[in-house]
Amino acid sequence: MSMTKRSIWPTLGFLLLLLVVPLGFYFYDNAFYLDLATRLVILGIAATSLNLVLGYGGLISFGHAAYIGIGAYAVGIPVYHEFYGGFDSIASTNGLFQIAIAVGIATLFALITGAISLRTKGVYFIMITMAFAQMAYYFFLSLDEYGGDDGLVIEVRSEMPFMDMDSPVQLFLLCWMSLVVAMLIVRTIVHSRFGMVLQGAKGNNERMVTLGYNTYVYRLTAYVISGAMCGYAGALMGNFSSFISPAMMEWGRSGELMFMVILGGAATTLGPVLGSAAFILLEEIFSSVTIYWHLPFGLLLIGVVLFARGGLTGMFRGRGN
Amino acid sequence: MAALLEIRNLRKSFGGVAATDDVNLEVAMGEIHAIIGPNGAGKTTLISQLSGGQKPDRGSIRFRGANITRRPAYTRARLGIARSFQITSLVMDMSVLDNVALAVQASDGHSFRFLKPARSITHLRDAARDMLLQVGLGDRADQPTAALSHGEHRLMEIAIALATGAELLLLDEPMAGLGPEESTQMVAFLKLLRGKKTILLIEHDMDAVFALADRISVLVYGKIIATGTPDEIRGNVEVRHAYLGEE
Repeated sequence: MSMTKRSIWPTLGFLLLLLVVPLGFYFYDNAFYLDLATRLVILGIAATSLNLVLGYGGLISFGHAAYIGIGAYAVGIPVYHEFYGGFDSIASTNGLFQIAIAVGIATLFALITGAISLRTKGVYFIMITMAFAQMAYYFFLSLDEYGGDDGLVIEVRSEMPFMDMDSPVQLFLLCWMSLVVAMLIVRTIVHSRFGMVLQGAKGNNERMVTLGYNTYVYRLTAYVISGAMCGYAGALMGNFSSFISPAMMEWGRSGELMFMVILGGAATTLGPVLGSAAFILLEEIFSSVTIYWHLPFGLLLIGVVLFARGGLTGMFRGRGN
Repeated sequence: MAALLEIRNLRKSFGGVAATDDVNLEVAMGEIHAIIGPNGAGKTTLISQLSGGQKPDRGSIRFRGANITRRPAYTRARLGIARSFQITSLVMDMSVLDNVALAVQASDGHSFRFLKPARSITHLRDAARDMLLQVGLGDRADQPTAALSHGEHRLMEIAIALATGAELLLLDEPMAGLGPEESTQMVAFLKLLRGKKTILLIEHDMDAVFALADRISVLVYGKIIATGTPDEIRGNVEVRHAYLGEE
């Protein structure tokens, strides 16, 4: 919680770095790092959305990968029908249409699952959000028409006004700008009256209820906003990978999103992005050394939780321990 | 005197134990009504039912004439009931001012406002600062709540209850854990509220109770065994026997 105003410069600096370095590599004929950065930025949006409920709301959602999957399928399924017929009403390659579907279904999914999940607390909330995400996972797994287990190749990227999603640079720029907007949205929300109530309920729910706040409704609202944003990230992910499979929404993926938020620093603007950057880079480094990269990764997370409470942002601010 | 709060045949049991056993109580507008009783008499359980934290098994609670027995806790604050907690209940990772400003905000329309930074809304911040000045915590406003002493936390509890603008304050042992000097300060402050607010006060500190209360009810094993002015309670043989420990 910000008692003192924190400088905004590290955040701006890091975002700028995130913009300039991958583009620099790209123009020096190294497209790989732009690819890596695009994935990083998309995961950054997802982690930022998760941070709204996990960091600021204290609600440990273990099911946010479901929204990425929903968003990506909202791109893949309309494209599939455009190419192979059937379901004419949703067959489309129009990006705005696909994004509207992605955000709309993610909102609905968050509203329904959130309304039920938020009736529970603590470890039960963790379990039930995970259970709902697994339901979504098995739902897509069972849809044979869309490849089931094998996933679905997205034949063409979304058609967007004024831009070409097939251009790696333009896609990256869209993702980067989306990240900045997502961070601004979350930052604005958490500083608003709504955000104060949300954070108050995280610190002491009973107190907030006694003050007259129906914290359930505030939390549900935050949960829905978060789900919608994460669904949007999913639509970007579908465009980026041109492929979608249920594996993208498995519970392990949800865990990775939590990992990013906690590693980077929950309840900070930059934290989730820093966390996704660290995640992507470490994954890249460890997995090039050993296929058993999850082990050092896990140890690292334990280390962060034990020794650097507040995550990477906390360490840099000297608040570690 | 019109009763602001009217409790009729209230009952709440946990297993076989009746924590609230057929309680009848009226709190008049503007009075300071103290509830005393030995540990485990059911005082906090009673307050929790009034604030909505716990649901009674039967009986009714009326506030300003309206039946609120089954109303959820968050609606009661809006009707004008605020409570302080025996065990300090604050948002520890927010600043002192944030805590009080959230109480002001609670009675300032709905909080589904997403754009303007809450810490820049002057009427919320000013009202909260003013409240902190009143309880003597003016210079602590910008501190993290966790950094304050226990006595200061107790004062924050009062400031928060007041900041909601509620008519009825349910104060659950405001003196709990305070040193003699802090207790005296708290009593002096609560005295200032006489006539301005209606207070239902639970307190173990008998000096404080007799200094503050207009009326006192004695709760023993969930039952109210006597209600009266401080003098009447002092003279009540049953009370002396059951509670004050005299033959």
